[in-house]
Amino acid sequence: MALWPAVYIAMLAAFTGYVVISRVPVILHTPLMSGSNFIHGIVLVGAMVALGLATTPLEQAIGFVAVILGAANVTGGYVVTERILQMFDRSGKKPGKRSLK
Amino acid sequence: MIDLTWAIDPVYIATIFFFIVGLQRMSHPLTARSGIVWAGAAMLIATFVTFLTPNLTNFALMAIAIVIGGGFGYIAAKRVAMTDMPQMIALYNGMGGGAAAGISAVALLGTTNAATASLAVVGGLIGAISFAGSVIAFLKLQGLMRPRPITFTGQQFVNMAFLTLAIISGVLVVLQPSWIPLTVSIYLPLFFILSLGFGFLMTLPIGGADMPVVISMYNAFTGLAVALDGFSFATPNYAMVIAGIIVGAAGSLLTLNMARAMNRSISNVFFGAFGATEEKGIEIQGSMKSIDADDVAVMLAYANKVIIAPGYGMAVAQAQQKVKELTDLLESKGILVKFAIHPVAGRMPGHMNVLLAEAGVDYGHLFDRDEINPEFPSTDVVLVIGANDVVNPAAHRQGSPLFGMPILDVEQAINVIVLKRGQGKGFAGIENDLFYRDNTRMLYGDAQESAGKLVQALKKL
Repeated sequence: MALWPAVYIAMLAAFTGYVVISRVPVILHTPLMSGSNFIHGIVLVGAMVALGLATTPLEQAIGFVAVILGAANVTGGYVVTERILQMFDRSGKKPGKRSLK
Repeated sequence: MIDLTWAIDPVYIATIFFFIVGLQRMSHPLTARSGIVWAGAAMLIATFVTFLTPNLTNFALMAIAIVIGGGFGYIAAKRVAMTDMPQMIALYNGMGGGAAAGISAVALLGTTNAATASLAVVGGLIGAISFAGSVIAFLKLQGLMRPRPITFTGQQFVNMAFLTLAIISGVLVVLQPSWIPLTVSIYLPLFFILSLGFGFLMTLPIGGADMPVVISMYNAFTGLAVALDGFSFATPNYAMVIAGIIVGAAGSLLTLNMARAMNRSISNVFFGAFGATEEKGIEIQGSMKSIDADDVAVMLAYANKVIIAPGYGMAVAQAQQKVKELTDLLESKGILVKFAIHPVAGRMPGHMNVLLAEAGVDYGHLFDRDEINPEFPSTDVVLVIGANDVVNPAAHRQGSPLFGMPILDVEQAINVIVLKRGQGKGFAGIENDLFYRDNTRMLYGDAQESAGKLVQALKKL
């Protein structure tokens, strides 16, 4: 693994995250949190590879548990976020709303 | 079979693109939902292409695990009540951390490369802490464990000992020095046990009201662990690296926001055992004066402007629906109603906003502390519903443990009505002199019942 390209990527990702997220309004902080919770659910992909490359029974067992946890993280995070945002969607369609800067 | 491995990287790149677009769309409540749908679709495709990764085996195990985990995640997330959302989010976050720790463990069992191993060790440490800490947060929020800080003598020392030993064993896992007679099969499990132990221990002294900080902090931790684990494979998984770092940034930002909203440092939240002791020796002048719902209703009916300041008590009593009814009723009488939302009211960032949105309160009614504070002096009635520490004027008193915390200045309103179950203190264990003020009246009872009584009384007027 080349060190410097990884550092470039990490730095740019951190900036992107910071910029995108600092624009999220306070009222959406819960869905932001559960949404980012869902996004780190990408760990599922890593867990699948770890299990797929596992050779010993111990590695298989750990990989199996990791995939279960990752899959729960990803589906749970998605469903929770979607449920919350659905409510904001609905409440925003009612008359008398205030525009958010 | 057709070789489709070329598709993996383009799909991962698209996934990251849609994750960022999804977060971008969260900058407005009306576009936010489409954002998460895009991100979800991208995640689904990313999961499918992962099956194409070269040299994979154990496909049956993989499919079974996905069905078990995904099924649990789906059902639990569909069923959970909005009021229980904080613990659910803590739980899913912990699972992500656990998965990251698992990936590290598998990587460490396989690799001999010191660079990869050190990243996997750091990822494993952070992931395990996030897992263990989130489990404690879940237990406390779910009420399966005492939410107050759990402290014992020498706690900091024990915690530091666990962390130091975890780091030492992590270093041993990487270096595998031949002069130590033990093998990696001893200190690898030891490393994970110590890391998990540290995660448990460091969360024990943190109380319920500090959970907004804790949950967002562990969210950042899991993100970082995922990013580090992205490097633990022979070919780095950049989708994990980038997504993990973005989550790390998001979580860190929220953590700092929450801590700032309480005017406390992160280390004070984590090591201060806030709320473990009760403040003594402060004499408050005056007495608590109670009022009944009918009188409050009259007061409300003659008001021009009413501000509602909700807190965790509203969530506990599930009062949001009744509060919404009350709001509608007041508005139908031409009274201006606004909600004052303190950033740390509740048990997670944005908790009050979610509950009120669930009840159907339009988000145009919800105002931040800074937006609403100048309006209190011109407000006829403030209804404090299940909030305590975030409206405690002790925050303005030198020497109080709350000193310096920016609060909702409800005491400046003409009348303050506090809906409260009993005479107890807030989470911080500090007497609230707001309750003793001349312009304050206490409406005792369960918040949902009290709000219901107010609705009935108002209808009769």
